[in-house]
Amino acid sequence: MNEPVLRIDSLVKHYGQVRAVDGLSLTIGQGEVLGLVGESGSGKSTVGKCVLRLTEPTSGTITLGGRDVTHLSRRAMRPLRRDVHMVFQDPYSSLNPRFSIEQIVSEPLLRHKVMRRREAGERVAAMLEKVGLRTEMMSRLPHELSGGQRQRVGLARALVLEPKLVVADEPVSALDVSVQASVLNLITDLQRDMGFSCLFITHDLSVVEFLADRIAVMYLGKIVETGPTAELFAGPRHPYTQALLSAAPVPDPARARERRRIVLGGDVPSPLDPPAGCRFHTRCPLAFDACRTVDPALTDPRDGDHPAACHLVTPERRPDAAVPGRTLEY
Amino acid sequence: MSLLDITDLTVGFDTEDGHVHAVKEVSLSLEEGEILALCGESGCGKTVTAMSVPRLLPPRTTRLTGSIRLDGRELTTLPEPQMRQVRGKEVSVVFQEPMTSLNPSFTVGFQIAEVLRRHENLSRGAARRRAVELLELVGIPAPAQRIKEYPHQLSGGMRQRVMIAIAVACSPRVLIADEPTTALDVTIQAGVLDVFRDLRDRLGTAIILITHDLGVVADIADRAVIMYAGRAAEQAPVEELFARPLHPYTLGLMKALPAAAVAAGPGGRRRLAEIPGMVPSPLADPAECAFHARCPSGQDDCLAARPSLVRHGPAHLAACFHPARSGEQP
Amino acid sequence: MADPMTVSVGAIRVGSPAERRRRLWRRFRRRPMPMAGLVLVAGFLLLALVGPLVTGDPIIQDYAATLAPPSAAHPMGTDDLGRDVLARIASGARVSLQAGVLSTLLAMVAGIPIGLLAGFYRRWLDPLVGRLVDVTLAFPFLVFAVGLAAIIGPSLTGVVLALGFAQLPAVIRITRGEVLAIKEMDYVSAAIADGAADGHILLRYVLPNCAGPLIVQATVAIPTAIIGEATLSFLGLGVQPPTPSWGVMLTVAQQYLDVAPWLAIWPGLLIALATLGFNLLGDGLRDVLDPRSGL
Repeated sequence: MNEPVLRIDSLVKHYGQVRAVDGLSLTIGQGEVLGLVGESGSGKSTVGKCVLRLTEPTSGTITLGGRDVTHLSRRAMRPLRRDVHMVFQDPYSSLNPRFSIEQIVSEPLLRHKVMRRREAGERVAAMLEKVGLRTEMMSRLPHELSGGQRQRVGLARALVLEPKLVVADEPVSALDVSVQASVLNLITDLQRDMGFSCLFITHDLSVVEFLADRIAVMYLGKIVETGPTAELFAGPRHPYTQALLSAAPVPDPARARERRRIVLGGDVPSPLDPPAGCRFHTRCPLAFDACRTVDPALTDPRDGDHPAACHLVTPERRPDAAVPGRTLEY
Repeated sequence: MSLLDITDLTVGFDTEDGHVHAVKEVSLSLEEGEILALCGESGCGKTVTAMSVPRLLPPRTTRLTGSIRLDGRELTTLPEPQMRQVRGKEVSVVFQEPMTSLNPSFTVGFQIAEVLRRHENLSRGAARRRAVELLELVGIPAPAQRIKEYPHQLSGGMRQRVMIAIAVACSPRVLIADEPTTALDVTIQAGVLDVFRDLRDRLGTAIILITHDLGVVADIADRAVIMYAGRAAEQAPVEELFARPLHPYTLGLMKALPAAAVAAGPGGRRRLAEIPGMVPSPLADPAECAFHARCPSGQDDCLAARPSLVRHGPAHLAACFHPARSGEQP
Repeated sequence: MADPMTVSVGAIRVGSPAERRRRLWRRFRRRPMPMAGLVLVAGFLLLALVGPLVTGDPIIQDYAATLAPPSAAHPMGTDDLGRDVLARIASGARVSLQAGVLSTLLAMVAGIPIGLLAGFYRRWLDPLVGRLVDVTLAFPFLVFAVGLAAIIGPSLTGVVLALGFAQLPAVIRITRGEVLAIKEMDYVSAAIADGAADGHILLRYVLPNCAGPLIVQATVAIPTAIIGEATLSFLGLGVQPPTPSWGVMLTVAQQYLDVAPWLAIWPGLLIALATLGFNLLGDGLRDVLDPRSGL
């Protein structure tokens, strides 16, 4: 099998007392789009920052294309940055307001000495065309563009070096629906044409259902469930994923009103002091004694590639004997 | 006569770049106990329309014509001292950002009680008891303890519930909620929407819900107005609107949702329906259909005149010369 | 209650740099107060740069006409030694301008790099710079100026050094604050993620984006320095007679307030006008220069 483009092993990132990411592992294969889903405070954005070494992991390893980059110096990291780029959420703060669009998109080319300034113009123009912007835009400044156009410039900057991996952190959640649609189409088209792998970080389930090959659901710094998109949406195994899916707004009044929503009690606990045992037990409608003490590991009951971190997934391996009446089918 | 009647509301703002046409000739009504959604993308005029009711627009630059009647009483010409009585007591507002809407230096109990003492002349003790009841009403657990807490001690969802409690403290006839769940996670959003539903059912409060999210509209609204470029494009009961959208813009919005593409079928090159082009500048007010340039079914007559809202069903109005045929599904 | 209304205009502005500058100017021109400031500052510059060439010698004494009230020959009157007040005001403007601009320049040249580095390397440099700024702020300005005057002698150089030093903390703090805000911007993260070197990020991403507040700071610092120069010269710690400075002129004027009030009125008025002009201009620039204001 091919070496995965990205492999994260037992990643931990603590900001002081805050445990943003607490033991997370995942891999992304070549040309694969992994949707990393979580609500605010789940630590999903921190994962992206660690991959790009915008923040230093507390422990764990990050392997890019087979090379452990966790402890590389900034200088040693620099050549590797050609292959990994990022797309940001906020179209207003992600572009230097003093640079023209041409400067913004040509920066990576010049920095990695792919070509000289004179030749870069053509490449930039071609890239802008690819993301659906006219070449007249090259001399403009970011504030002269709409939100959707800026996000396209951000994509052009991330893709101009034809990277192997793109980390996209909520790239469409600041956009209006109609603009979001065109940017999502663009991302899927470019991904298919250029074949890059993608870590797509979002809170929006419908977006990853649309474009991801595989989904990983995060809760309080850990992955609680991961699996192929269709399989996970058809049969979510973790109670949190089930609640998340049932709470997502559905643009269909009949379905929206008839469905049974699983309303979670309480709030997300503070990552300063995550609950012992399973982190979800304080809000889980199915929690029982063992959940308060034993942290369940990611396991797939059918030994496939759809594991969930819940004691109820593998009843026979549960730490206490069977608790009557508690199954995931509810 | 409806509870609230807005007739031919036109709102503009004088800016340094010229006159901004924010809302143009909007007419709508709100019945007692009804949840009406004002829906559209940024800049469509949904917020300005709603905020014209409590007159929360910058007075120096706002040019407003038309009529707004609450229980038959004209609000646009009401002197400011009487308007202050209307605001908060008869019409109240919940804003999007619960953190900036609460005063960080007072307990939530104090802030609720302050409203009650100002508008209802309640004694200190009575206001306090009522504050506890209100927190209970909006689903905050252990309200007697919570009233002693400061805003920063509460989570985003809890803060938004406190804001709702303050807004309904004086049992307003009309509650205006401006994107009340946009800043919240989906699992929290579901609970807050339930609070609105519950308020309507128990107190009969009429609610104007400003939102860009068709999922929220489908979930909670009775009737919806889709706005585009300052005008109402379509108006219908929610079931009817989703089952039989008539305006090409409404149809475009629904098709642009990722959920729609996923529902349309798995596999293959899934694409979202895009709405090409951009929203026209609000500085101009051309006498043609504002959606014409982006419209898939636009024809020459759309340029010759501006379509007005035409009745297509008992409560279904659309402003389009070439509405979608009833067979066309979103 | 929070302001519910930020009406998004949504119009996309397009244009070449020249058009952008025209738009900036159009926007500035419509505001009466900044325009008044601009006029005052232009007048001050004209007085300082051209004035001394047109008016007479500010040092030549005429004992036949001491303390003469304003007249055709001496539009602003003469002082106790019969020197033309207009000529002295014009030369004094030049001294004021020098003190204001040079001290501000000094503070900027020294303060901006310190602020940039302190904001960028928060971990190790920032605490050190923070303490230094605190110490500078705690040091009484006048004591410092007296000490400096004692060492190098009272002079314009001393004034510029003392004023520059006094402005340093403000410049460092403003720069540092801007850097902290800009560092959080995604475009800086993008540059880091792309492997940009620190120097490149500081010079091409951070510095240009904190220029606006620094220009505004300069327009506030110059009038402060003009008053500072006048104060130090008034106290005898600055420019020495017979060189005319508005502060020196005020020192002399206080002895003759009863007989020749114009001696105090002219320099006092000009200090006030020059200060007001720079402050009004600064306020206008603050509004117009912010690129986020969509220009």
